[in-house]
Amino acid sequence: MSELKEELKAKIIEQLNLEDVAVADIADDDALFGDGLGLDSIDALELIVMLDKDYGIRLSDPKEGRKIFESVQVMADYIQEHRTK
Amino acid sequence: MVSLNGNVFFSDNVEDFSTFIKNAYKFLKTDYSKFFKMDNLSKLAFLAADVLLKEENLNGKENNIALIFSNKASSLDTDRKHQASIENDAQYFPSPAVFVYTLPNICLGEISIKHRLYSENSFFIFDRFNAEHLQLYANSLLRNGKAEKVLCGWVDFDENSYGAFLYLVEKEGRIEHKTEEITRLYNIL
Repeated sequence: MSELKEELKAKIIEQLNLEDVAVADIADDDALFGDGLGLDSIDALELIVMLDKDYGIRLSDPKEGRKIFESVQVMADYIQEHRTK
Repeated sequence: MVSLNGNVFFSDNVEDFSTFIKNAYKFLKTDYSKFFKMDNLSKLAFLAADVLLKEENLNGKENNIALIFSNKASSLDTDRKHQASIENDAQYFPSPAVFVYTLPNICLGEISIKHRLYSENSFFIFDRFNAEHLQLYANSLLRNGKAEKVLCGWVDFDENSYGAFLYLVEKEGRIEHKTEEITRLYNIL
């Protein structure tokens, strides 16, 4: 699980072009949206694509993302349970 | 190289665009969190506009500056990236963050948001730099009171060939706004 969380942090930084943010800067429970990393709606769509592409998870309802993308910890828990690749 | 009114104030020998624009962004101390999420054309247009608009002491709430931009390659650089992500059915993963930049005029929105420009904006595609069109359109906006100032120019990005030439026009400017002068300034760069 710890490895998956580190992997997710690296992917979030790279795919969302978070300049000057390092893996060590993101705590497992940091909010990804709002006051946390400050991600926006396009970033949310990008994370949905990442779930599909890298973990074989398809979200049928984009609103599901709101809960899943709460933090790296919540994302990792969800991926662990639902991944198909 | 970045120059303002004929004076070079930033130059860098790096060859790739992403390093150059990042170094220029840091040098200019342009603090804008969304900058690194933009595509190449928007980064180029945004930073070029920032160089000029920083000098204008803009209103923090609203500014009546119109934008008339043009280029040859449209958003082709980003269009190609999007195309590459959808051409293989087995690996069909288009990026929303890339897709939103598959129109050249998106860069105008980025500039307008940063500088609070609530005025007209247009992006034209031409085979070559078209001073006549910029001059006619800008003068029309100023004459009809549609804008107090007009930021005009050419911002082109195609693979690793790129360039931006922008100028600001107002009713009582220092240099007469005529096509010969615009062309002369464009050709200096």
